[in-house]
Amino acid sequence: MTSTPGVEHGLAWNYIDSGVLLAALGVALYLIYRRRSRRGVFWLSLFSLGYFGFFRRGCICPIGAPQDIVYALFHSDYAAPVTVLIFALAPLVTALFGGRAYCAGVCPHGAIQDFFLIKPVRVPRWLEDGLSIVPFLFLGAGLIYAATGTGFIICRYDPFVPLFRRSGSLAMLMTGGAFLLVAMFVGRPYCRFLCPYGAALRLASQASKWRVRVTPDVCTQCRLCEQSCPYGAMRPPSTATEDAQRVAVERRRLGWLLVLLPLLVVGCGAAGIRLGPAAARLNPRVQQAELYTRQQLHAVHYAAMTPEALSLQRSAVESKELLADAEVLRKRFDRAGMWFGAWFGLVVGAKLIGMATRQKRSDYEPDRGACLACARCFMTCPNERARVGA
Amino acid sequence: MESNSKPGEPLTRRGFFRSGARVAAMTGIGGLVGALSNATAKTWVWQIDPSKCLRCGNCATHCVLEQSAVKCVHAYAICGYCNLCTGFFQPDPNALSTGAENQLCPTDAIRRTFVEDPYYEYVIDEKLCIGCAKCVQGCNQFGNGSLFLQIRHDRCVNCNECAISRECPGDAFQRVPVEQPYLLKTTRR
Repeated sequence: MTSTPGVEHGLAWNYIDSGVLLAALGVALYLIYRRRSRRGVFWLSLFSLGYFGFFRRGCICPIGAPQDIVYALFHSDYAAPVTVLIFALAPLVTALFGGRAYCAGVCPHGAIQDFFLIKPVRVPRWLEDGLSIVPFLFLGAGLIYAATGTGFIICRYDPFVPLFRRSGSLAMLMTGGAFLLVAMFVGRPYCRFLCPYGAALRLASQASKWRVRVTPDVCTQCRLCEQSCPYGAMRPPSTATEDAQRVAVERRRLGWLLVLLPLLVVGCGAAGIRLGPAAARLNPRVQQAELYTRQQLHAVHYAAMTPEALSLQRSAVESKELLADAEVLRKRFDRAGMWFGAWFGLVVGAKLIGMATRQKRSDYEPDRGACLACARCFMTCPNERARVGA
Repeated sequence: MESNSKPGEPLTRRGFFRSGARVAAMTGIGGLVGALSNATAKTWVWQIDPSKCLRCGNCATHCVLEQSAVKCVHAYAICGYCNLCTGFFQPDPNALSTGAENQLCPTDAIRRTFVEDPYYEYVIDEKLCIGCAKCVQGCNQFGNGSLFLQIRHDRCVNCNECAISRECPGDAFQRVPVEQPYLLKTTRR
């Protein structure tokens, strides 16, 4: 018998990666909040691009790890490895204290987009608000597909890991290239408009203990920080005078939106059940069952069969078991469709409510959820530079 | 570095809710870690079940690695050591020699050495093998079935969803405990 090399080699690297991740997160927090150094964050992100990106080929990564956790919760015969837990939860815990420090300093996907950024173009506010829903929907779809045991679509449709691996399907390599082309003019398009983990970090940052403030001193409202932010995260201070009529209109609108929210959740949940059959087709077992049923109904001469049909016939699969499995899966997907619909309603409703509320700001400061903690705004603020002595 | 309230200012309602949300999130994360730590399932790796493999050739092309982690392995106990090895030679070869036109293997990964009359030994060079299953098909169709594909764990990066397993028409990929990472053939098919 030829040799049987063991797996210890691979497992050791997982533990090394966990250690490097925790260290990098710590260094990121230190650089952003204690040293307030853009240069430091930049070099850290370059290190992360090299280590987590090109050296470790972008896998294991926090973006895909939540799927493993959800899969483990729904399948008792599957244990999520400790590394997966660390990768999924450490950046979240960091976000609960220091905002999206992971995004700025540790994520290789973000770092490679930053690397390509030449001239940031401002994305109009309405487009930004609209597209910011997509990461939440991607997260919901990814977790639901993991929960039903269908697959890990967040990993499958990651545009940058094929570039890190220097191999992959042509479609995904081209998608990665397209994202990098866009990233030359729009700051971090994947992070802002697609990354499902970014959606989770956005939520966690809302509750963060520390937040990025441009300057502890007086803001002279020169708006240089707003210009320097490539991600459109800077928010202006609220106007001093409050028109009583405007306030009444806004309050009424907020009231209607609060009423609308549960209706949206329930309504979209009911509509989501309709998505069940289409969503189920992504599951390989369901695909097999449909192929089998089609073969039974329309028998084709073997010379005209597709490779999949021929393989199915050769594999002598148990038909009763196959059809029963598929039925169980279809029912599960109907329920999953309902949950996804409800999640869709919740995300849209919450976004509308978020857009209808106002926050009192006295200075220019970044929005907690949108700020990627890249520390660019510190370095452009003239008061900050004067304080530091530059 | 600023906390939820600016220094010198009392805690606002928003700040209070933020702190509450943070505590709730930490508790939730703690509970999640606790729930998942109870799992008694073992650590797993991917492996191919040779009895389900259909020798379709997807193993060579669908692995995320540039050189697939799937390689052909040889169960010498099952091998017939035949002169005319149907896993080594093309059907109806020109001659029973190691000429490239006579071989099934596209990368010359099988080394054929004379043992004693009429037996020949066939050894796989893993550095050259690409896991295309052409030799496996020949061996299983006309021979003893001693050649089969296995995932090599010094190469496999153990993705959460094996990219080859999605395309396997025989559904041969399964998760196996890390203590027993190989599904080897030990008896004749």
